[in-house]
Amino acid sequence: MLRFVAARLLQSLVALAIISVVVFVLARATGDPLYLILPMSASQEDFDNARRYLGLDRPYVEQYLSFVGRAVTGDFGNSLRARRPVSELIRERLPNSLKLAVFAMGVSLAMAFPLGVMAAVRKGTGLDRFAQVVSVLGQSLPTFWVAILLVEFVAGRLQWLPAGGIDGFASYILPGFTLGWFVVAGLMRLLRSGMLEVLDSEYVKLARVKGVGEGRVIWLHALKNALIPVVTFAGIYFAILVTTAIVVETVFAWPGLGRLAYEGISSRDFPVIQAVVLTTAAVVAVVNLCVDCLYALIDPRIRYAR
Amino acid sequence: MSRPPASRPVIDVRDLRTHIVTRWGTVKAVDGVSFTVDEGETLGLVGESGSGKSMTCLSLLRLVPRPAARILGGQVRLDGEDLLTKSEAEMRAIRGRRIAMILQDPMSSLNPVFSIGMQLREPIALYHRLRGHALAARAAELLAAVRIPSPVERLRAFPHQLSGGMRQRVVGAMAIAAPPRLLIADEPTTSLDLTIQSQYLGLLEELQERHRLALVFVTHNLGIVARICDRVAVMYAGRIVEMGPVRRLFTRPAHPYSRALLESIPRLGRRTGRLTAIEGQPPDLARLPAGCAFAPRCPSVMERCRVEAPPETVVEAGHVTRCWLETPGIAAPVAGAPPA
Amino acid sequence: MPAEPGALALPEMDVPAAPTRRALRLPRFPLAVIGLFVLAAVVAPLLGLPDPHAQSLRDRFKPPGWEEAGSWKHPLGTDRLGRDLLSRIVWGSRVSLAAGVVTVLAASAFGAAVGLTAGYYGGRVDAVLMRVTDATMSFPVILLALILAVTVGPSFTNVVTAIAVILWARYARVIRGQVLTLVQLDFVAQARIAGAGAWRIITRHLLPNTFGTLLVLVTLQIGYVIIVEASLSFLGAGIPPPTPAWGSMIAEGRDVVTRAWWVSLFPGLAILLVVLAFNLLGDWLRDTFDPKLRQL
Repeated sequence: MLRFVAARLLQSLVALAIISVVVFVLARATGDPLYLILPMSASQEDFDNARRYLGLDRPYVEQYLSFVGRAVTGDFGNSLRARRPVSELIRERLPNSLKLAVFAMGVSLAMAFPLGVMAAVRKGTGLDRFAQVVSVLGQSLPTFWVAILLVEFVAGRLQWLPAGGIDGFASYILPGFTLGWFVVAGLMRLLRSGMLEVLDSEYVKLARVKGVGEGRVIWLHALKNALIPVVTFAGIYFAILVTTAIVVETVFAWPGLGRLAYEGISSRDFPVIQAVVLTTAAVVAVVNLCVDCLYALIDPRIRYAR
Repeated sequence: MSRPPASRPVIDVRDLRTHIVTRWGTVKAVDGVSFTVDEGETLGLVGESGSGKSMTCLSLLRLVPRPAARILGGQVRLDGEDLLTKSEAEMRAIRGRRIAMILQDPMSSLNPVFSIGMQLREPIALYHRLRGHALAARAAELLAAVRIPSPVERLRAFPHQLSGGMRQRVVGAMAIAAPPRLLIADEPTTSLDLTIQSQYLGLLEELQERHRLALVFVTHNLGIVARICDRVAVMYAGRIVEMGPVRRLFTRPAHPYSRALLESIPRLGRRTGRLTAIEGQPPDLARLPAGCAFAPRCPSVMERCRVEAPPETVVEAGHVTRCWLETPGIAAPVAGAPPA
Repeated sequence: MPAEPGALALPEMDVPAAPTRRALRLPRFPLAVIGLFVLAAVVAPLLGLPDPHAQSLRDRFKPPGWEEAGSWKHPLGTDRLGRDLLSRIVWGSRVSLAAGVVTVLAASAFGAAVGLTAGYYGGRVDAVLMRVTDATMSFPVILLALILAVTVGPSFTNVVTAIAVILWARYARVIRGQVLTLVQLDFVAQARIAGAGAWRIITRHLLPNTFGTLLVLVTLQIGYVIIVEASLSFLGAGIPPPTPAWGSMIAEGRDVVTRAWWVSLFPGLAILLVVLAFNLLGDWLRDTFDPKLRQL
């Protein structure tokens, strides 16, 4: 088991390294990065000074290593727009994003599990059809559009919930639901199909033959097996969550990392974008690592692979 | 082996009927099946795929696949109580505790994500209300009873770490956890290697003797029937077409289908040119012909057979069959049909 | 009769094959919707719609034709710059559909190639390729698109590249799984015995058998890609203005959603319809051809 974790950890580090290289190369390869950093009115002398100051006249490999070195210690340079260290901005925003993400995941899981499992158990009934409609709609609705409409109607016209900003529990609700919606749809479909397959299996039949209560059969014997495909996809769904988060945070003016990214694009603030990308990639890598470990915990065949 | 005569059979099935609604029509999976099994006795249930053997067993446990399948009628008396009138909660208390079942494929009948120990402790805790150390000890005892070496270590193992034969033994251990009155074994050796099959049968016989189990053994292998069964019921298209002591079936089969089954087995010492297969196809269970279901394939078919289904007639004490040939007074064929 | 527990698998029943092959019930709604949009996208220049780029300050924020202040000259209304919304939606469909199709084709071609190679060769090759695939699959598309948007600048090519670079991994995984099963079958062994080389086996024998799965995946993914493209355009990292793109249209209408709700509503509806149609079509394809892909 330990070897398993170590192998995955190594993999994550390699992935992060590759991403950092990509970021680095893209910045350098698409023209002089100084154009991204200096204002338009700078003179040639300003350029030369800046180049020396920023160390851009040194060989690429050296630049990359110092870039990585600084990144690891959290130094991403200064934001062009805010004129503050980017690391400060990230430290402010990251916890907000995490809080929202956790809330959204919590809501998604709370909705997807009962719906997905019961849709399979009561296959063909109204509940099942409802679940399928929810699932298809959820994966067809563009999140940002729903977000805008929600802000307009629920927050604007009906005034039931706050439209934006982070201000007490109520402000979590709209962005949280919007963020989690897509995940609910996909997760529920996975659970339903997984359960359908498992409920047909011989071991579920045997559990019933042994006289085990139906509740235990569904929620213990069947569900644990049905979770395997779900966990397999969990990492991907988290990546989708991150993607959606950027949009949701923008629409709901949520002061998180996603919003920072959006501001960064609008103002072509390269250091910010770079930092957000790397931070997010690191978070994603950590989450994937946890998911892999979870997978091994659930399925003993992975743990004790020959 | 001599045994004191029991007052009544452990299981007494009368006219059990289970239908399945499919998109091609209603399938009469179990069509008026009746049999009894006494304490310590083994009844073999023989037939081709689709003859209704497995569905009969599931019907005894009232575990037919809903909503398509439904038990329509009949009686299933376990030690005198009719199971078909019981509530679901009552049935759950009976399953495993008084009737147990062993399924065919041990790889798929054990839950891959739980340890052997957990899957064994669960029924024990359910039937005997044991906890903790006593529970674990009893689980290890059961494993030992089915001849699994190092039982205590095995409890922590997972199904994929055991061989097929061992897995089936574990399933056997679960089955005798209570121990039950009736054990249904649905082709338990079909998925096992030949060499292991014999050992497993020996184990079943031992368990049966020890716990005085009534055993229903479903199989399509007449060799196993010869070895382990006292009586045998031959099923075809949802009905029992012949039932009697094993000896009788092998020496004096009364139904053409039984005869054909026996003839299709290659025997040592007998000079065989070609193996005889049974003519025709298995019947379409959604569209059974009027009359005897075997008529389209029967070498001794009469006009009567196509028109009317034969009732159960007694050939000899303890030996019954459903065939017009054996029904007294019908031996003379209707004009125009080939002689019986 | 007292109730019985939930559905169980039927034991082996010798139920014969259906008497006649059931007619394929084509999914009419999805096909109609897709057909409509594709047709509109293809013949857009011929439709006689107002110029999607034509600005008219006089006609700003005109509501849809059925509203009081609206006129049927602009059936769905106009936007901030007086541009006709219906026309922009039709022209926007060209962008969205093109993005969807091109991205998915590129991703599936590359992904299938990787999957076929990994599945066929197995062993070390398979292990390495799958590690790369898994790492790629869990990377959020939008981050890549962001980097490209900020460094190279937003463009159609960048959107397609960013999405395709992440998307191929999904195809690789699924195709590889299929190939692993196929490779066990006899016809591959026979081809090897007959002396066929790897390339021949892969292209002549394995690939054709994966077409069904590929078709299902491709259809299911187009909808997803359209949504991602729209999200990127919404954020400003996708198709740049003035090209009409549904995502940026919604972004433009965001600030005025209270008084000019149609500017954001109709492009969003368009996205919803198209994506829904592709998803439903993909579901139908999957149920018809390869139910084992239920997990997708």
